[in-house]
Amino acid sequence: MIDVLENTTTASKPALVMKEKKVKKVLIICSKGKLEDVYAALVMANGALMEGIEAKMFFTFFGLEAITKKNADHLHTATVGNPAFMPGMPTVVAGLPGFEAFASYMMKKEMDKLDIPHVTEFIEMIDAAGGEIYACKLAADMFHLKKEDFLPEVKDIITVGDMYALADGEGTQIVFV
Amino acid sequence: METAITNQALATNTEGYLLDYTQWTPDWGIEVARMYVIELTDKHWEILEWLRQKQAEGVALSIRKVGNSGITDIKQFYRLFPGGPLKISSKIAGIPKPVSCI
Repeated sequence: MIDVLENTTTASKPALVMKEKKVKKVLIICSKGKLEDVYAALVMANGALMEGIEAKMFFTFFGLEAITKKNADHLHTATVGNPAFMPGMPTVVAGLPGFEAFASYMMKKEMDKLDIPHVTEFIEMIDAAGGEIYACKLAADMFHLKKEDFLPEVKDIITVGDMYALADGEGTQIVFV
Repeated sequence: METAITNQALATNTEGYLLDYTQWTPDWGIEVARMYVIELTDKHWEILEWLRQKQAEGVALSIRKVGNSGITDIKQFYRLFPGGPLKISSKIAGIPKPVSCI
């Protein structure tokens, strides 16, 4: 089958190659500070931008850890209370001092192999791609965090009302992590 | 499936990616870019050449690798190929659709 696409000089028919997108914007709310949850949010935001979908991120509660200068690159995965983590591992062992740090270290090593960036670099990438990152005011107040405690890519500390305003417009999806 | 956008018809998949990147010609790239309203500048060509070179080396491409290429940064890459830079630049460069999630 030969599909002759028109030889347009201006792109009067970009529809030939670009299908109309149903999802135009995503607002990703990250409420957790565990390594795997934060990465899920970051991968989805970055993945949206890679597809030409607008992306906004709102970090709240323990999710704020992921955008603080102090802790962004030191997130852990939970080894206790996480049945999917090494099934069969007794909780008393998983709870030993240093075990969680070791497990997190191993997980980060695997991620390096897959060319997955560290949290701060990931956030830089999302910012460079035009994504916007916000912190929750209520949670920031609760944890006594100020603008200068956050990574420079954090645009602002906003209220829940401002957060919903970010989702304005047709074709927006809100994802909660 | 074959797609003819220049004077020659080349085998592509249904999304318009060339099946054989060695068949690619710069004219093909120019025409595909036009469909995305992209006028190719020297910087575009530099990136396209880099992508084709990496493809030849068998490297799996990601936005991060392009950002670390030394040729461009992520911000500029998004500006040069708006609307999904890695996918669009790959299609223009005649290389397969990238499968990276990063």
